[in-house]
Amino acid sequence: MAELMIDAKDVTRNFTISRGMFRGKQQLKAVNGVDLTVERGEVLALVGESGCGKTTLAKVLLGLLPQTSGTVELCGQPINDVPRLALARTIQPIFQDPYSSLNPRKTIGSIIALPMKVQGIADQDSMRRRVEETMDLVGLPPRLYDAFPNQLSGGQRQRVAIARALVNRPQIVVCDEPTSALDVSVQSQILNLLNDLRNELNLTYIIISHNLAVVEHIATRVAVMYLGRIVEIADTDTLFKDPQHPYTRALLDSVLTPDPNMGIPNNQLGASYPNPIDPPTGCSFHPRCVNAMPHCATVAPNGKADGGHYVECHLYDDAS
Amino acid sequence: MSDRVLHVENLTVDIPLATGILHAVDGVNLHVDRGETLCIVGESGCGKSLTSLALMDLLPTKATRKIEKLELGGESILGYSEREMSDVRGNKMGMIFQEPMTSLNPAFTIGNQMIETLRRHRNLSNDAASELAKRMLEKVGITAAGQRLGQYPHQLSGGLRQRVMIAMTLLCEPELIIADEPTTALDVTIQAQILLLLKELQSEFDMGLVLITHDLGVVARIATRVAVMYAGQIVEEGTAKQIFENPLHPYTRGLMRCIPVPGKTKRGTPLGSIPGMVPSLIGDFTGCRFADRCELARDVCRQSDVPLRDPNGKVQAYRCIHSIEMLAKGGVA
Ligand SMILES: Nc1ncnc2c1ncn2[C@@H]1O[C@H](COP(=O)(O)OP(=O)(O)OP(=O)(O)O)[C@@H](O)[C@H]1O
Ligand SMILES: Nc1ncnc2c1ncn2[C@@H]1O[C@H](COP(=O)(O)OP(=O)(O)OP(=O)(O)O)[C@@H](O)[C@H]1O
Ligand code: SF4
Ligand SMILES: [Mg+2]
Ligand SMILES: [Mg+2]
Repeated sequence: MAELMIDAKDVTRNFTISRGMFRGKQQLKAVNGVDLTVERGEVLALVGESGCGKTTLAKVLLGLLPQTSGTVELCGQPINDVPRLALARTIQPIFQDPYSSLNPRKTIGSIIALPMKVQGIADQDSMRRRVEETMDLVGLPPRLYDAFPNQLSGGQRQRVAIARALVNRPQIVVCDEPTSALDVSVQSQILNLLNDLRNELNLTYIIISHNLAVVEHIATRVAVMYLGRIVEIADTDTLFKDPQHPYTRALLDSVLTPDPNMGIPNNQLGASYPNPIDPPTGCSFHPRCVNAMPHCATVAPNGKADGGHYVECHLYDDAS
Repeated sequence: MSDRVLHVENLTVDIPLATGILHAVDGVNLHVDRGETLCIVGESGCGKSLTSLALMDLLPTKATRKIEKLELGGESILGYSEREMSDVRGNKMGMIFQEPMTSLNPAFTIGNQMIETLRRHRNLSNDAASELAKRMLEKVGITAAGQRLGQYPHQLSGGLRQRVMIAMTLLCEPELIIADEPTTALDVTIQAQILLLLKELQSEFDMGLVLITHDLGVVARIATRVAVMYAGQIVEEGTAKQIFENPLHPYTRGLMRCIPVPGKTKRGTPLGSIPGMVPSLIGDFTGCRFADRCELARDVCRQSDVPLRDPNGKVQAYRCIHSIEMLAKGGVA
């Protein structure tokens, strides 16, 4: 039987939002009842619009944010019981936004070495060697060892963030937009690298990406999130060939393949993303949905699972 | 030729560093016609942003710009004073950056900023400006535009902020828009919407558009012409069709092999890659800048600079010693 690396049940994470002096506080359900399992060796992609809760869910799975309710098990152990250092050796993040996540006063070498120091590795020589190896792996020239983040281009900074996560060679890597700031030649190297490491070390990945071509290439399974919920999940081929949720379809319609004979698609996703503090009733996607039916505005759809293909949409309700 | 909105000849940008002079942009020629979209694509650090900043005269202070010709709408703007340039930037040339927060002032409402722009550049009354601002927000697909005018930038999502930036840029009906990674920070659904919007507005206003991006999917779908930059130089230029269906330069060919394409590249198999690294551009450099990474490199590639040439006069120019025939079959090696 496949080994469960992550087992999340009904996970919710709320943020308390203050709405000004007299209006009190409100709960923002950033992650709202997510069930998710990840097996060893899988590459699970989390996709969905900005603000749908991908990073929040990832942070809960990383043990960086406690869940408001629900349970998360990491390698069979409740995540809240795993000691910090052990957690850091098991699961490591690569976060988006390399601009704010790198300390501007530290050299590249020491930024990448930090997770090793945290683990108590003290031998300067072996630390430096490992850092240089890792820099090489992600395509950073050795001369940048003593450089500072502001001397690097956007792409180079992202490589530093990736090197920092890989330096301790963790088992699960959570990549939040790992390649979005990279040019394609480095992206392909990173994707190949992630792929190689996965095969060699049986690594498990959770990959958050806006680039669906990347997702299609690297992920074995894809979870589509909308307003804090997973609205569709399936293995990658099924999802790309037979997307069921209208949101998934709009998302796939928006993919720009490098075909000069095609124009910019119209995904017909009219209105902008809803306010998560005051989410729509019924199916939370209904105000933007081209297939919406009257009861979509009032009744939240139940999920429907067909083998490994799960979808939450009234279009797939059993006729009764 | 009144169709030509931008004409740039021999643009060079040098940045003095502790270790020597960084030749960040080297001999770039560009031109854009009305209604045309020129995409500049290339590796991180290849000089795309500095090129666009140089056109707008917004380079970092320590950088020096050399340029033989810089014409906007047929008129040279080379000798313009700081003040005149700032006028040009508001009126004839619009800019959209990747992170709209760098150009939106967090302390003022959207309305304040749009109205201020209009008053400064178009000399409109408050009411007229406010009305025009509202109409422009509606034009870029922002609902409840009247309310949005009273909001601060941080109260808007990234997609909305980028729409506001586009609306602000359009206020003065520029002839040319320079957009540096305008959708890179946005999700694909919003990206598609913003690009569609840009394209529609561009043809409505008959503007020239320079779009800088490293996303080849975006380039293929929106570009009329494409300039591929490598290490500060344009290494290939042509129509979108030429560049994507018949790339010549070994670097361009390499790039095309790097991108995953759903349905074409097989999962689990390695993508193509371009081994090696961009050379340091500090100090003098002779020869083809791609030589160290190129599987077709010969000794001559390193001996003297390789010019950008268009041997068949077919718009597709490339910077490589090899013949078109050789490249067309040889790139696969
Ligand atoms: N610390 C916080 N306090 C309050 N609200 C938060 C906090 N972190 C996230 N949120 C909100 O929770 C929701 C989910 O945010 P999250 O960052 O998880 O989205 P995301 O899917 O990762 O988006 P993106 O693609 O932009 O990174 C958003 O509405 C966000 O504004
Ligand atoms: N203010 C600066 N000081 C020193 N070097 C700089 C400065 N700005 C840019 N550079 C260097 O000039 C070169 C070109 O930078 P530029 O920002 O134009 O690259 P780019 O093509 O826009 O890259 P990216 O895709 O990462 O945005 C890079 O090597 C960069 O490190
Ligand atoms: S000039 Fe030489 S090194 Fe440069 S791209 Fe052509 S073959 Fe390769
Ligand atoms: Mg996120
Ligand atoms: Mg740039």
